[in-house]
Amino acid sequence: MKRLLILLAVLFAMPVLAQQSLPPAPLAYQQLDDPGQEAAAQELMETLRCLKCQSQSIADSDAPMAGDMRHQVRSRIQAGENPEAIRQWLVERYGDYVSYDPKVSSTTWPLFAVPLALFALVGLVLWRRMGKRSEEGDAS
Amino acid sequence: MLAELGLAALWLCAALAVLQLVGGALAQRDGSGELAALVRPAAIVQGVLAMFAFLMLLWVFAITDLSVKLVATNSHSMKPLIFKLSGAWGNHEGSMLLWVTVMAMAGGLIALVEKRLPEKTMQATLAAQGFVALGFYAFLILSSNPFERLPLPAVEGQGLNPLLQDIGLAFHPPTLYFGYVGLSVAFSFAVGALLTRQVTPEFARVMRPWVLGAWVFLTLGITAGSYWAYYELGWGGWWFWDPVENASLMPWLAATALLHSASVLAARDALRTWTIMLGVVAFSMSMVGTFLVRSGILTSVHAFAVDPERGSFILMLLTLYIGGALAVFAVRAGSIAEGTRFKAWSREGALVFNNVMLSAILGIVLLGTLYPLLTEAFDVRVSVGPPYFNPVGAIFTIPMLLVMGVGPLLRWRGDSWERLKWPIITISAIIAVVGLLVLVFGDVTVLPLLGLAIAAGLAIAAFLPLRGRNLRRVPIATWGMVIAHFGIAVSLFGMASETAFTQEKLAAVSPGGSEQVGDWNIKLESVDPVAGPNWTALEARLFVSRGSEKPALVTPQARNFWAPPQQTTESALLTRWDGQFYAVLGDQAEDGRWQLRLWWKPFVTLIWYGGLLIALGGVFAIIGRVRSDLRRRAGEEDNEGNSPEWEQA
Repeated sequence: MKRLLILLAVLFAMPVLAQQSLPPAPLAYQQLDDPGQEAAAQELMETLRCLKCQSQSIADSDAPMAGDMRHQVRSRIQAGENPEAIRQWLVERYGDYVSYDPKVSSTTWPLFAVPLALFALVGLVLWRRMGKRSEEGDAS
Repeated sequence: MLAELGLAALWLCAALAVLQLVGGALAQRDGSGELAALVRPAAIVQGVLAMFAFLMLLWVFAITDLSVKLVATNSHSMKPLIFKLSGAWGNHEGSMLLWVTVMAMAGGLIALVEKRLPEKTMQATLAAQGFVALGFYAFLILSSNPFERLPLPAVEGQGLNPLLQDIGLAFHPPTLYFGYVGLSVAFSFAVGALLTRQVTPEFARVMRPWVLGAWVFLTLGITAGSYWAYYELGWGGWWFWDPVENASLMPWLAATALLHSASVLAARDALRTWTIMLGVVAFSMSMVGTFLVRSGILTSVHAFAVDPERGSFILMLLTLYIGGALAVFAVRAGSIAEGTRFKAWSREGALVFNNVMLSAILGIVLLGTLYPLLTEAFDVRVSVGPPYFNPVGAIFTIPMLLVMGVGPLLRWRGDSWERLKWPIITISAIIAVVGLLVLVFGDVTVLPLLGLAIAAGLAIAAFLPLRGRNLRRVPIATWGMVIAHFGIAVSLFGMASETAFTQEKLAAVSPGGSEQVGDWNIKLESVDPVAGPNWTALEARLFVSRGSEKPALVTPQARNFWAPPQQTTESALLTRWDGQFYAVLGDQAEDGRWQLRLWWKPFVTLIWYGGLLIALGGVFAIIGRVRSDLRRRAGEEDNEGNSPEWEQA
């Protein structure tokens, strides 16, 4: 019985071992031949989050998952897909979290509204303070 | 025994902080309470005892006393001594103890030497200092005791994260903490001045060296942290807009605004409330930074919610300090008389403009850092990264940089357009010409293009304040400003150049084979096993050369640490005057070839040289200010009311 359990444990462990020793996908560490395509892939990879790391893009990570995603991005670019379409595909699979480039949506609008408000506020503060100071400065 | 002594010292420190707080507060009410005379000595003794507690912690780490829990979980008997010591602050409890130790020592120092302010203001300042320190002592003693013993001593320690076993990183956190603490001192001065309504140029002069010192440390800390990420993470990135990085950038932005504002207050008696406000904001940002890094909220909001004790303690302190300070500010700010007036087109006007811009940038960084945490609490996960921070930040950064070029040329109070026509035309022309050249000869996106052009203009503009002056008579503080502004230009140039012109090559190479990146030829000679004190590694021997240059040996490694087991890549760098060659060794493929990652990064080193120049400028400013303050005080004694041109810079 005990032997059987050990055998079962080993059998269940096998897929894990197999997964760890799997070589990285071909395009994880290999550039595309066309420099234009590689540049487009690089630009996109720098704006995609490595989901297994803390605050690193897939262009900056050794994590196997980042390698797989690099492979995905490069092979899709090679096949002629539009970078934004690839981003969209990844967002559909992994959620907004995967993209470092937030787009205006019902959950992200404050990210864009606040800087606009800040811009208006800065303009107002400078205009009022400076305007007032100038006049009174002139008078004194 | 030693650990218990350390803990006892901490309790005594807490008691002294209470004394400082109560004594200082009572002195505000009845002028000179009996406890008032004890405030200064209490601060000094507190500083000494806190230092003692920290030395005890260093000691138990040095001898690897495995009956102390902190040592057992963070150290290992096989580590080199320097990393045993740095392990003392490379963890939560130890770093909090370091924080409060530096703060207590700073408090002791001002209690010992600062005699310029009215005694009542000093007592209020030390009371504020005691209040802030008390929160940290409570935190340490109640929920993060660094001296806690294990019921049974551990057989061996669990080791320190290998990524942290790096000399640069060993000294990175203390550098930032010195910065944070400097801002806490500035904050205490601001509270003291606010409570006694003594927001005077003298107050600004007393506060300024602390702000400058904090700013220098923060600059060094950020620069070192960026370089560490660059060579240690192995992908050549130098800034990730990571929340931990932002946690150090935000206090820096606030401190930059504060030191300029304090200069206006010292020189012209203007911007009184604005300076106080920035003092509060700067300290708040350093607390937010500590909270972000120390509460564990960054790994996950949910992890924070599961084990909320520490996080909520820091959050409570944060609310208490910031809320308290803002409340005092709200109550008292109205009664601070307005300072001297000035025209918009003046040195003060330019400084106000840039302070507003810095505050706006700070707002953007704060928003982009906290917003994902906020949405995560509602189970919506978003990522905010470089594609957001870079363009949105640039909206405010670019006008700020342009005004920075002109501001130092303006006169105080008011200036004429005529006088500055030619310098402004010159700077604009340089920016336009460089921009056009890059546009014509390079294939560059818009932000790096603007970066290169503005950097060129600023590099020249930085030296214009020296034009037509006898260089030997230029005050040291002015040199400081020139150097720091030049450093900004240098750093900006490095960033833009790295972004625009980096060349990358990922290659699989067999021993004996060669590769090329940019103008560089790379030959892989061999890959050999090597061993260090607590790691083994594979080391590639690469011979790299450019043109007819003699090939140089670079040796990137893939290291395996065994306590705790972890793999790291040690990149290898080859520095030339015009950039860096960067090599990383990856895995071996099935066909026996080795993965190499190779980069040529033109002028990348300027990023950090710029940072060092900025810090050097800060050091010059401190020396210049302190010297002229001393000379001025000496001068006042025999010649009342004589105000030399020292403050004009």
